[in-house]
Amino acid sequence: MIAPVTLGLIIFYFYPFFRVIIDSFHNIGAFDKDMGFVGLQNYQTMVKDKEMWRALGNTFKYVAIIVPLSLLFALLIAVLLNAKVKALSFFRVIYFLPAITMSVAVSMVWRWIYNGDFGILNGLMTALGLEPRLWLSDKATALICISTVSIWTNVGYYMIILLAGIQGISKGYYEAAEIDGATGLQKFVKITLPLLTPTIFYVVIMLIISTFQIFSEIYMMIDVKAPAIKFTQSVVMHFYRSAFSYSKKGYASAIAVLLFVIIMLLTVFQMKMQKKWVNYD
Amino acid sequence: MKTKKLKISRIFIYVILIGGVLIAVFPFLWMILTSLKTNAETMTIPPTILPKKIRFDGYVTVLTKLPFLKIYANTIISSVVTVIAQLTFCAMAGYAYARIDFPFKNFLFTATLAVLMVPGTFFILPQYRIINKLGLLNTIYALFLPNLFSAMGTFLLRQFFMSLPQELEDAAYIDGCNRGKAFIKIMLPLVKPGLVSLGILTFRFAWNDLMWPMIVNTSTDKMTLSASLSFMQGQYVTDFPSIMAGALMAAVPMIVLFAIFQKQFIEGVAHTGIKG
Repeated sequence: MIAPVTLGLIIFYFYPFFRVIIDSFHNIGAFDKDMGFVGLQNYQTMVKDKEMWRALGNTFKYVAIIVPLSLLFALLIAVLLNAKVKALSFFRVIYFLPAITMSVAVSMVWRWIYNGDFGILNGLMTALGLEPRLWLSDKATALICISTVSIWTNVGYYMIILLAGIQGISKGYYEAAEIDGATGLQKFVKITLPLLTPTIFYVVIMLIISTFQIFSEIYMMIDVKAPAIKFTQSVVMHFYRSAFSYSKKGYASAIAVLLFVIIMLLTVFQMKMQKKWVNYD
Repeated sequence: MKTKKLKISRIFIYVILIGGVLIAVFPFLWMILTSLKTNAETMTIPPTILPKKIRFDGYVTVLTKLPFLKIYANTIISSVVTVIAQLTFCAMAGYAYARIDFPFKNFLFTATLAVLMVPGTFFILPQYRIINKLGLLNTIYALFLPNLFSAMGTFLLRQFFMSLPQELEDAAYIDGCNRGKAFIKIMLPLVKPGLVSLGILTFRFAWNDLMWPMIVNTSTDKMTLSASLSFMQGQYVTDFPSIMAGALMAAVPMIVLFAIFQKQFIEGVAHTGIKG
């Protein structure tokens, strides 16, 4: 019964896993032509590649912005929705909408909203008497604008998971706290938050893994030839361009290995840290 | 006094929630409104909110300049095939890992878990090469082949099978069921929430994915919606009504599906947090 999955995993996952590592020590050019073993050359190129370092820096910025803010807003809305609001299912559906919409389509409409010449955001800025900006070409705003789009799609999705977590907490705790005269905020800090830590932990891990691989938002919102690509492109975007725009697949394999190692380290770090703050009882 | 304070905090809650709703909905509204304008109207300063006159030029461009129906079909076929295959294969493997003893079980399961830990991007280059070697670039098969097998799905369904009491299955054997019959008739229906969860996650992924379909299929009539939108955006740079019409048409099927199965969608996603 495990044969189909196991066979498929061997061909399309186990073999590629080792292949990427081997390829990262080879020089592979256009049409996948293997031009031989080159030792650590791809990794040496990577260390010297300024674009790579910038992409890595950008990716950490994305993680630093998107992960905490997505979690914060998702948690805020989950908690508010749990406060016996009317029309709960209406709110849930509306908030979930961005999460199920094709991210490419989402990026396209946001790109249009941010448009420097005719975008509605600049229309709003002008109406409020503020200076219009070139949101997606300006170094000060481009990365933040892309992050906003990602947060916009994340919030509804993780809100659903957090809300389910909150609803799974036994009512008994809250009743006991009410007898002791606890306020809403106290109940949140002393009961909801500690008992929700396993769910929060899961959400943080998922957010870090997905944000670290951020690609389609950047690809759809920034032109590859635009100068803004420098301060917006992520590691995966750089990987994609190395492999498919410049046909340097050996080098791209080395980037993939680096990406894997970083995500692995982050996950292991999270797992170690969880003992300090995650409650399992 | 207390009720008054309670009322104010209630109002505050609704203000935040409704503010959030506006932020969530506005881009969709803007997509619709823009798609109904003329190109000239989208380039006025200050921008108009409502179209002066409703025009469908954008939709006409998308439907005539791109093989849009073919692209729809490609996306639907590849997503549906992926979901069906994953549910079938992962349910079988998940059940086996949860309930059957066989040689190398621990080793194989650990190896499956290991795949789960690796970011998807990591596998793309060799996967591309395999598809290329098989001569499948620019075919519908290229779109879904590597995605038919899922370590995540196997793990998720194993968790669901593990949570079922052994007695249920034993009772089925006493009643004369064999393993296959017990699996299909007794166990599968009981893990329905797990199947729904996995089905939705997989469908959402297959429907949205950009990089993989973009690299394997480059001819316009073999593309998926996401890849063809990115292609279109490059072609019709400032034709905003057409771009928005395309984006909207690509987004609508998933939204309709969500409208029909919203309960399953929401519960399915909620379950991933509890079981994962």
